[in-house]
Amino acid sequence: MDSLYVAWRYVTWNRGKTLVLIASITLVAFLPLALQTLLNESERQLRTRALDTPLLLGAAGSALDLVMSSLYFDDEVPARIDMRAPAVIDESGLAYPLPLYVRFMARGAPIVGTTLDYFDFRGLQLAQGRLFGLLGEAVIGAEVSMRLGIGVGDSLVSSPDNLFDIAGVYPLKMTVAGVLADSHSPDDRAVFVDVKTAWVIEGLGHGHQDLARTADSSVILRQDAGTVTANARLVQYTEITPENIDSFHFHGSAADYPLTALLVVPDDDKAAARLRGRFIDDSRYQLVRPNTVIDGLMESIFRIKQVIDAVIVIVAIATLLTIVLVFALSLRIRREELETIFRIGCSRMTTVRLLAAEILIIVTVSAVLCAGLLWLIHINSAALVQGLILR
Amino acid sequence: MGTATREKMISIQTLGFSYPGAGFRLQVPALSVASGEKLAVIGPSGSGKTTLLNLIAGISVPDAGQVQVGETTVSQLGDAARRSFRITNIGFVFQNFQLLDYLSVLDNVLHPYRISSALTLNRPVRQRALELLDQMGIAGLQSHPAHALSQGEQQRAAICRALLPQPALILADEATGNLDPDNKQLILDMLFARVDDNGATLLAVTHDHELLPRFDRVQDFADFRGASS
Repeated sequence: MDSLYVAWRYVTWNRGKTLVLIASITLVAFLPLALQTLLNESERQLRTRALDTPLLLGAAGSALDLVMSSLYFDDEVPARIDMRAPAVIDESGLAYPLPLYVRFMARGAPIVGTTLDYFDFRGLQLAQGRLFGLLGEAVIGAEVSMRLGIGVGDSLVSSPDNLFDIAGVYPLKMTVAGVLADSHSPDDRAVFVDVKTAWVIEGLGHGHQDLARTADSSVILRQDAGTVTANARLVQYTEITPENIDSFHFHGSAADYPLTALLVVPDDDKAAARLRGRFIDDSRYQLVRPNTVIDGLMESIFRIKQVIDAVIVIVAIATLLTIVLVFALSLRIRREELETIFRIGCSRMTTVRLLAAEILIIVTVSAVLCAGLLWLIHINSAALVQGLILR
Repeated sequence: MGTATREKMISIQTLGFSYPGAGFRLQVPALSVASGEKLAVIGPSGSGKTTLLNLIAGISVPDAGQVQVGETTVSQLGDAARRSFRITNIGFVFQNFQLLDYLSVLDNVLHPYRISSALTLNRPVRQRALELLDQMGIAGLQSHPAHALSQGEQQRAAICRALLPQPALILADEATGNLDPDNKQLILDMLFARVDDNGATLLAVTHDHELLPRFDRVQDFADFRGASS
């Protein structure tokens, strides 16, 4: 204990050196372990979500983009499919489709256009309010509610597609109908709307003043038999209210309306296999098993992690050598002190014990710090992964 | 250790020592110091005074002759035994005090007890340390870091450290060399008083001839000059 006491006095006296050593050892130990913890949690979340999603239909192209957009609402928007795709699945009689249109954002949160079946499929619970029932209503994830400080009855405006495209998509002011309970999944940070609302945001559907009843003739560009053409002065609604909801309508063929993916829920494994067989050589669509795509992703992540591990090992060796150098230099600096205690009569073993006690204190403090930081990472790993990795 | 007042505390015979690769060779034909005696050792720099202290303390081992301290022939002990003997029987006072900056004054005084299993740190020892600090006039500085003390105060703390294990022999290597004249006399007074209190023997290397009359005897290294080369 006396060696520990003397060593403690020494390390606390030399605070600067001690702090640098503790920080170095802590970081070298903490970084790979924290990385491993976060990767494990990422893998768990990715796999859980992927395993919960049997099949995914999207446009032919990158399977990873399709999965990342449809399951994790990644920024990368995959090539679009249209409303003929659900019909194809319906007609197969092997599965039912859940449409997804994930393209727009609202104050940093992805807007997910879907149907009410999505909430049942994901097992999502409401913390407040109700699910969307009207055009222009939204249900927000728990994290969106907390981050933006909004709840039921508040409104949320979709972000313009392109700030410089004044002829592009108009922002739509949506009313929050409900807030989801925390699910520790990407759903926490999404804004859910009916797919038709997403099409309104896209500009495929819109509401405006009634040209047949308007008293302002300046908005009329041309009037033929049965057809009225308005000019740019026509007031278009940017918020859907009970007063104007009837004015909202869609143009074009419904079959052409876009989707980014279909969550495909097969009746059973056999139906899934048959369905996959039908899309193997399809040039328009790809039907993927998200878990298989995530397997490939995890293999890539694992390879990257191996490289990072190798770098960390090299850094750890360099740090260790630096620490050895610091102690070696410290011994030179302390030669007079060691000479003094030798002359007093201190044994060689005591000298070793004093140095060992100093190392023990530094390593112990580093270990405690590292354990504390890892504990913080561990208890926050789900949120950290959501915020840092799967964002 | 010898206990009779005028028994020999140090007995040296035909002592020879040289550092490996160095031309210098210390030779002391004979030297004896009585128990309780205060001996000053003088001589020019490089004449081997500090080497003699090291040989007496068992820090170095002679290549000829022998050194006896009390009943123990130090030069015949093994390394571990010499260290153990030194910490329990010999108190060292150094010219530059050699206190540890990272310890308080009290911790410096108690340091020999913390670095050796031959000494046991307990409540009476702590009490004695506090008494020593009080006798040396630095009790109020016990929790101060050593570096915050003046030179005179540091040497007083160093003397307390040397005296705390109640050694029979005190070796002082130019203990007043770094002190101003007033402090020299004061420190010497205190050292002599504590040595007398403990009934210890003092062997002090010094360059300061003004202090010599205060010692019982003076050994001039010039007397060994014919032997040293």
